[in-house]
Amino acid sequence: MMKPEQIEIKLDRILLKVQKPGRYVGGELNITVKDWETARTKVALVFPDIYDIGVSNVGLKILYDQINQREDALAERAYAPWVDMEALMREHGIPLYTLESKQPLACFDLIGFTLPYETLYTNTLNILDLAGIPVRSSERDESHPIIIAGGHAATNPEPMHAFIDAFVIGEGEEVIHDVVNAIQKFKSAPNYKRDELLVALAQISGVYVPKFYETTYLEDGTVANTLPTIPEAPKLVNKRIVAKLLPPPVKFIVPNVEVIHNRVSVEIMRGCTRGCRFCQAGMITRPVRERSVQEVVDAADAAVRSTGFEELALMSLSSSDYTYINELVDAISKRFEGRKLSVNLPSLRIESVSVDLMDKLKQHRTGGFTLAPEAASERMRRIINKFIPDEEILNTTRDIYSRGWTTIKLYFMIGHPSETLEDVQAIVDLCRRVIDEGRKVAGWKVKLHAGVSTFVPKPQTPFQWVACDTRENILEKQALLKRQLLKDKSIKLSWTKPEDSLLEAWLSRGDRRMSEVIYTAWKNGAKFDAWDEAKKQEAWLPAFEEHGLDPAFYTHRQRRTDEVFPWEHITAAVRKNFLFQDFRQSLEGQIRVDCRLNCFACGILPTFANLRRENPGEGWKCPDVKSPVSKVNIELPVMGD
Amino acid sequence: MRIRITFTKQGALRYTGHLDLHRLWERAMRRAELPIAYSQGFHPQPKMSLAAALPLGFSSLCEMLDVRLNEEIPVEEIRLRLKDNLPTDIQVTNVESVDERAPALQTQVLSAEYHVQLTEPVDGSDLKRRVEELIQSESLPRERRGKFYDLRPLVEVLTVDTETSTLQMKLTAREGATGRPDEVLTALGIEPEYARVERTRLIFQE
Repeated sequence: MMKPEQIEIKLDRILLKVQKPGRYVGGELNITVKDWETARTKVALVFPDIYDIGVSNVGLKILYDQINQREDALAERAYAPWVDMEALMREHGIPLYTLESKQPLACFDLIGFTLPYETLYTNTLNILDLAGIPVRSSERDESHPIIIAGGHAATNPEPMHAFIDAFVIGEGEEVIHDVVNAIQKFKSAPNYKRDELLVALAQISGVYVPKFYETTYLEDGTVANTLPTIPEAPKLVNKRIVAKLLPPPVKFIVPNVEVIHNRVSVEIMRGCTRGCRFCQAGMITRPVRERSVQEVVDAADAAVRSTGFEELALMSLSSSDYTYINELVDAISKRFEGRKLSVNLPSLRIESVSVDLMDKLKQHRTGGFTLAPEAASERMRRIINKFIPDEEILNTTRDIYSRGWTTIKLYFMIGHPSETLEDVQAIVDLCRRVIDEGRKVAGWKVKLHAGVSTFVPKPQTPFQWVACDTRENILEKQALLKRQLLKDKSIKLSWTKPEDSLLEAWLSRGDRRMSEVIYTAWKNGAKFDAWDEAKKQEAWLPAFEEHGLDPAFYTHRQRRTDEVFPWEHITAAVRKNFLFQDFRQSLEGQIRVDCRLNCFACGILPTFANLRRENPGEGWKCPDVKSPVSKVNIELPVMGD
Repeated sequence: MRIRITFTKQGALRYTGHLDLHRLWERAMRRAELPIAYSQGFHPQPKMSLAAALPLGFSSLCEMLDVRLNEEIPVEEIRLRLKDNLPTDIQVTNVESVDERAPALQTQVLSAEYHVQLTEPVDGSDLKRRVEELIQSESLPRERRGKFYDLRPLVEVLTVDTETSTLQMKLTAREGATGRPDEVLTALGIEPEYARVERTRLIFQE
């Protein structure tokens, strides 16, 4: 195996030939470099996209801190090298290494990938290959690291089941310690057997080891069932959560080269009670848990001091729903007054209160004001359960323009279930009305940016049954938008390429057979699937063909109501029954209110009743649990609703 | 007050370019809670300037930065505050207070000295001969980014030590007339990636 010193010498010879060599050398402020020899368990954390994007990922930062706080373990980082660097690394025989110690990835005990979105799948294979580690799980032996993965895309792990040894479902803060402990215990044994370790991992709550499951299919190609092949593996893998959010990271890594987000991010709450039916994050990150105002402000302050960053983002899925949002905004404004800090509060509800909040945070009106109606007709907003009357939207945008913002960004999606061309036309009409109303209060300078992406149905959501628009549908809808909006000088329109949406759609609801398609596509040259400069779209269709699979089966097929999903044995603790009921209500145009006002028994409380009972009060936004303690907490009990 | 910071730039920081280094210092000053003065206007810029851009990939023992602060702070305290707020590959070696009216730092640089360690074995006598030839030549026409220029007058001193496979260079570093050590290496027939270059001294006008 190549030594770090050898890697460094080779690097010096190639780094001046690549774009932004600073991506590949580490040495940033606030990194942790521990002694390689004394750490018993060595973990490499990988964000499988370029450094510029990965370095500011908060999820990996949490795990990095968790592991490095242990005396017996170390965590280091790696990212996907850009194509120029990859080519030179392969040419010069440099394996992928971590930035802290320059040790090859293959020397680590554990490699953890974060998979926040599906377009990172081919990069994950490429990284394993570049590290000299067999890409297929089945080809690894005792000499290889254990490969784990987590993140939102792992909610349906099946398309990647052939490459990842174990998936972590849900939140990683606690379970990472269980995984590290298991590795320590088994790898130090004199005759360490990889399979024994994998069996131990399969028994950790929240961990899914695909090797110990088998899927059978019906004649129509849908899944009959996926069952464990060993008694130790649970029939249903339930996600892990933390009862209370841990103190947020404050020592963010400060890159020595420019990256996408140079900012401090503090998570103010996790989860969302709104129940938008298209939103996977809103379904899989329940329950809502909040941090206190004091904790957020102190963490933000400590993080700004330790990084010198100019920007602070207060992260959550729905800032307006944070219980003490007014108090928080006041406290932040007061603490950072006169300190040249720009504060972002994303995901605000469409109402005038949001404008008041931004007013307090922003001295300048630059950068635009972002709102996400997601659909432009009231009918459609009922279907997706993000109901806001048109009048409310217009009142809010009018208010924004009149208070001095000249640009508003509105996010929409096309391709929602049962959408017609009239619903798409409504996007055009709404944009025009926003501009017309804006001109009345702020004159001709008002501008609008309409970002129109294409909806992709996601697993573990009420829309997991619906068909995705075809390429022709998408193009027709986009043509309608372009025809009317591109000529308007006050409105800027952006959209997603249909090919990109379809790739995401194939992968997100794929089954185990999809892993062969991913493998072949990667072999055909697919990587960086979200990058126009590097992706290889033409690699995919032949890959489907080679394995006798029809892409339309995954994207354009309405699922049967009794269909067993490829991810049926994995749950984010929101019951399928609940999702189905919600889907049916959607078809009838019925909305469900914020679940803080009315618990709809999604399944979170029965699953995590013990955790809730031990953490009563307002930290969680679910009702308190007073029933007696139950010890059995593995299968999902049905709540009497 | 106006301060002048002398610092090293080594290791990973060799791959941080001029603009990024500027931002790095701005953030370091913020972390150290040293109040940088900003220019007026719609996009206030920190009043900060680096003496001479260091090409990517080279290390340095002698980089210099002038910064204006809104407060008078003892230089020793500035040094202490900066100490824990920089990445490990930047070390502050000196902080001094400078006359506010002194001319801009970058206009005062005359030349720079470099130490070059060759990382691949070379034929010593051959290298000596090539150095000799370069010094004897009257002009060295070269092209860089589509511009033709004469490298020879920019080479003030060039010596070789074949025992240690090292070169010493003193190159002109005035605005608009800057000799690059990698260009000298190329002129000597050495691939720059087979050499480690370190800037050891900046020479200023008295």
